[in-house]
Amino acid sequence: MPTLFDKVWDAHVVTSVPGGAQVLYIDKHLIHEVTSPQAFNGLRQRGIPIFRRDRIVATADHNVPTKDQDKPIAEPLSRKQVNMLTSNCEEFGVELYGLGHPYQGIVHVIGPELGITRPGITLVCGDSHTSTHGAFGAIAFGIGTSQVEQVMATQCVLMEKPKKMRISVDGELQPGVTAKDIILYVISRLGTGGGTGHFVEYAGTAIQGLSMEGRMTICNMSIEMGARGGLIAPDDTTFDYMKGREFAPQGADWDAAVEYWRTLPTDTDATFDSEYHFRAEDIPPMITYGTNPGMGMGVTERIPTESEIHGQATLKKSMEYMGLELGNKMEGMPIDYVFIGSCTNSRIEDLRLAAGLIKGKKVHENVTGIVVPGSQQVARQAIAEGLDRIFTDAGFEFRGAGCSACLGMNEDKIPAGRYCVSTSNRNFEGRQGPGARTILASPLTAAAAAVSGWIVDVRKLN
Amino acid sequence: MQPFKKLTSTAVPLPIEDVDTDQIIPARFLKATTREGFGENLFRDWRYDKLNHPREDFVLNSPAYSGEILVAGANFGCGSSREHAAWAIYDYGFKAVVSSYFADIFKGNALNNGLLPVTVSPQVLDEIFRTIEGNPAARFTIDLEAQTFTNEETGTSTHFDIDEYKKTCLINGYDDIDFLLSQREKIEAFEAQREEH
Ligand code: SF4
Repeated sequence: MPTLFDKVWDAHVVTSVPGGAQVLYIDKHLIHEVTSPQAFNGLRQRGIPIFRRDRIVATADHNVPTKDQDKPIAEPLSRKQVNMLTSNCEEFGVELYGLGHPYQGIVHVIGPELGITRPGITLVCGDSHTSTHGAFGAIAFGIGTSQVEQVMATQCVLMEKPKKMRISVDGELQPGVTAKDIILYVISRLGTGGGTGHFVEYAGTAIQGLSMEGRMTICNMSIEMGARGGLIAPDDTTFDYMKGREFAPQGADWDAAVEYWRTLPTDTDATFDSEYHFRAEDIPPMITYGTNPGMGMGVTERIPTESEIHGQATLKKSMEYMGLELGNKMEGMPIDYVFIGSCTNSRIEDLRLAAGLIKGKKVHENVTGIVVPGSQQVARQAIAEGLDRIFTDAGFEFRGAGCSACLGMNEDKIPAGRYCVSTSNRNFEGRQGPGARTILASPLTAAAAAVSGWIVDVRKLN
Repeated sequence: MQPFKKLTSTAVPLPIEDVDTDQIIPARFLKATTREGFGENLFRDWRYDKLNHPREDFVLNSPAYSGEILVAGANFGCGSSREHAAWAIYDYGFKAVVSSYFADIFKGNALNNGLLPVTVSPQVLDEIFRTIEGNPAARFTIDLEAQTFTNEETGTSTHFDIDEYKKTCLINGYDDIDFLLSQREKIEAFEAQREEH
């Protein structure tokens, strides 16, 4: 009666340690410039090589500029960090898709699009949104730098098997409601700590009906409710997406792989440590009002006056930071920036969705709109489809690939006090720059805000 | 890694829930390529205003509070996987963080750096906050060997849970990597016998 999670986990246990932890074998390890330098240093100090070089792939994403990507990085510390990734990868023989490489992009966008991410594998990265890759039926989770070093040295991590949760969403989504709204809705119900200690399987007809892009958006934000990761059973949607991708299996290997992948879904009589059920019809277009992703509501709703989920001190602090009042509506509230990007919503489907709404319209004069594709491949595809023109004609900037204003590590920051409707995943204080005020939303709701100049219910927009 | 056995200290209270890693160490300070020096920017945007002047209302800037124990609201360390958060807390001088629960990745990162996360019940957490409010010089003892947290002011002592293996690592200052390296033969045997797709 194993679940999808059990099947994949159990197939990767090398050995168990007294006390409960297990040595878990890792099939794929993705690294980037921010959380790897100290790990490479560790290997150097110990005088040991990378244990399995064919299982590790690097890219530069967090720190890279999104303008003039062909020129040397202007900011000295960023340049140093990105250059260090290059020299470390050379020294240790790691495949690098660095700045300027046609495969460069946000680590969680490139893994799936290159066919590196597969059902049934274990995949880690020194980044909490590694949960994204779970959309393929993989066990994928974020690790700290000490663990990055451990995986480099031994291809394993030491971990206790997390508990299992299933979140089912059944029914039909309303028009204007996307995968992003589903996950913001779920997090608003479960709270930012609701998934702590768990791996979440997303199931139900509304989840099965999503594209791979939508499934990735859902799994991406698992960490926002504290879960170690999320995953979705692989099916024909998964296989259709993967077939023919650069590193996906080919020919007879492909057939054998699909046959195996079909055995992975959770057995019908399997049980979970906890289960939640939601109805797709109940989910409206969502926005956040506070400073963590659990503080979300329907776009037409009022900010709650009290919350059972969050402590009062936290809520008060959050409202002060956001410059908002408990009990007020946000619909119609003017905004300053719109950011369409990040590993949550920067894939081709997200850009198509936003461009579809924007086509023939103009970004409101008080709004600065930025579109940052998740990868070079997404950027090329968008250009081939003419989406870049739709965005630039409307007054958006269309940038080069990277994390950009999702975390404000490069120069793409939202100024203090300004409101940004963002398709990213975190509305923490200062996340998009010191003092920046983030309102999380779907690409549709973000695009609608850009052309309106204020928060708007996309269902009411023509 | 420095071993952790027993600690008696005053504590710094941070009665806020969901303290995320972007508050502990904002992304713009993650450009360093070593593990040292992050303490300077611990809670940067809560500690300093726009002009880099210390904010008087933030607890780390208050002369009344000091110590090697940080006490924080529920769900401490949520958000990013950046180990820099654990490094920053440790580098600042804390040896233990007490909360009613921790985000998973943060907890793992802390343990890998000799920073002890102590999970207590919400009631005990409240009591600790009240004790410090009543007397900022109140002392607390964390005994890892015995797995007890003692409020020296009230004399109450509570048990806390910790993974047996992790406890041994902390007491002896061992890293996971040493253990994993010792398992290389098993790892290679595992690789040899498995069928991969
Ligand atoms: S896009 Fe944002 S959340 Fe995603 S990996 Fe980059 S910084 Fe992290």
